[in-house]
Amino acid sequence: MYGGGYIFEESKNGKSEAEDTEKLERFESKIAAGEKIEPSDWMPAEYRKQLIRMIEQHAHSEIIGALPEGTWITRAPGFRRKLALMAKVQDEVGHAQLLYSAAETLGKPREDMINDLITGKSKYSNVFNYPAVTWADTAIIAWLIDAGAIINQVANSKGSYGPYCRALERICVEESFHLKYGHDNVVFLATGTPKQREMVQEALIRWWPPIMHFFGPSDKISVHTETLMRWKVKMASNDDMRQKFLDMYVPKIWELGLTIPDPLLKKNETTGQWVYTEPDWQEFKKVINGDGPCNKERLAVRRNAEEKGEWVRRALQRKDERYTVPLA
Amino acid sequence: MNGIKDFTEIQTEAAKNLLYRLADDQLILGHRNSEWTGLGPILEEDIAFSSMAQDKLGHSQALYQLLHNMGEKDPDTIAFTRKVNEYKCCHLVEYPIGEYDFSLMRHFLFDMSEAIRFNMLSSSSFEPLAKIAKKFKGELKYHTMHAVTWINQLSTGSGESPDRIQKSLDVCFPLALGIFEPSEYEETLISEKIFFGEKALQEKWLEAVIPVLKNAGLKIPDIENITAAYGGREGIHTEYLKPLIDEMTEVYKIDTGAEW
Repeated sequence: MYGGGYIFEESKNGKSEAEDTEKLERFESKIAAGEKIEPSDWMPAEYRKQLIRMIEQHAHSEIIGALPEGTWITRAPGFRRKLALMAKVQDEVGHAQLLYSAAETLGKPREDMINDLITGKSKYSNVFNYPAVTWADTAIIAWLIDAGAIINQVANSKGSYGPYCRALERICVEESFHLKYGHDNVVFLATGTPKQREMVQEALIRWWPPIMHFFGPSDKISVHTETLMRWKVKMASNDDMRQKFLDMYVPKIWELGLTIPDPLLKKNETTGQWVYTEPDWQEFKKVINGDGPCNKERLAVRRNAEEKGEWVRRALQRKDERYTVPLA
Repeated sequence: MNGIKDFTEIQTEAAKNLLYRLADDQLILGHRNSEWTGLGPILEEDIAFSSMAQDKLGHSQALYQLLHNMGEKDPDTIAFTRKVNEYKCCHLVEYPIGEYDFSLMRHFLFDMSEAIRFNMLSSSSFEPLAKIAKKFKGELKYHTMHAVTWINQLSTGSGESPDRIQKSLDVCFPLALGIFEPSEYEETLISEKIFFGEKALQEKWLEAVIPVLKNAGLKIPDIENITAAYGGREGIHTEYLKPLIDEMTEVYKIDTGAEW
């Protein structure tokens, strides 16, 4: 699961590196014609750089995203939920595996990407820097965060880089099961005992701000992404995706009798656009930059897993083996 | 072949006792192995451990369902509401996951026994169990294939790996012998051809695991001088089981009247 919108690196002088004009033209016309770029095709250095960054951060989000829900596997109430949650979180780890492979086709080895994650050099979706406080939080995550991720990922699966698109198509199919699982879980809580209803309402209140942040800063303050949109690296604007999410899910949340903690939230029937309280982008930046409730813990857990597993990876190394970039 | 209705009282008790032992082992080890989710030494192994943990959970659920068909409570109630001393799992499955070497060795020793056990049970005179066992043994084939591959890889790998695997074997072996703790119903189980018995299983298990361990260059523990970790089948458990059960039932017990 992954939200986009704040993943791109701004080029230092606002310009891309000089590229061979003829090759660039051929590359751009291929994309304009709806064709996919494959690993062995020529591509601008900037395209490669931004794609590695985006796919890598998506992969990190899957593996870090496994943590808040993963801690609830051992506490899931009953066989049905326990088995479903195990399978769901396993899917997320599988997505990380797929995505690291897709990013590797661009020339960065998995180990390097994971090192950049645990040293804090590379980011992951901000939403996982918040804690899953109760069982109901896992239900809200599985329903609404995965729903947001699907909106983002379906858009990105129509992008230009073949290996990433193919990985995303498979990921989206699995995410749609997660969403069903999450929705089912929320329905049981929202229509359950008073205690269950209270749990799920509180979880929704906790998760609403991170959900609104999920698609990234408002287009008004977001970095300039015209080239990336032309290259079909970024496929939809942050605000468009947020509107789409609100349109699809606010009615479903209200249908369950739950209260969304935003008194301004309503649909303007004339424009068809949702009106909402502007999310706190200062808070968003603060959390991205490492000062959220769980940043340190998430990275510490990941770092610990890497350190503890190092002897296993080392033991698997054979002298005569060479690193090969995976086929896409 | 016998169905549930054909059993005498003692046969029913014997079969139920066997099912509880099997199901509790599966539940607790499935729970333990699921703790690796998101934390495995490599992603592929993370995913593999989760798959096997899901199989174990599924097996325990099927066995509890069989117990339910024999008049016991439903699988959720059995798994999530019993007292610690009512569980009949062996000590091996109760231990925390520790480092990957321990979890891998436990997985190898336990699943090798399961593969043989369910192969034996697939010809049980107790038809519903034989039917389940046939299905399980197909899945366990992949668990043992996985375990044997990794034991071989890591026992011959570079660095500290072979030492770690040897130490884990030494720690796990007495615990693994506890899998075969006989129950008070052994005679009935054997004479009624419900199960060939723990002793027969242990012999077959030794025949299967020793060549693999030797082939991997590991030193076999001195079996004659090891005290098997018994007690689990009688409800006497290690200090690790209670915290596990408390954690497992934490949400379930928030509201026992609720549907989750």
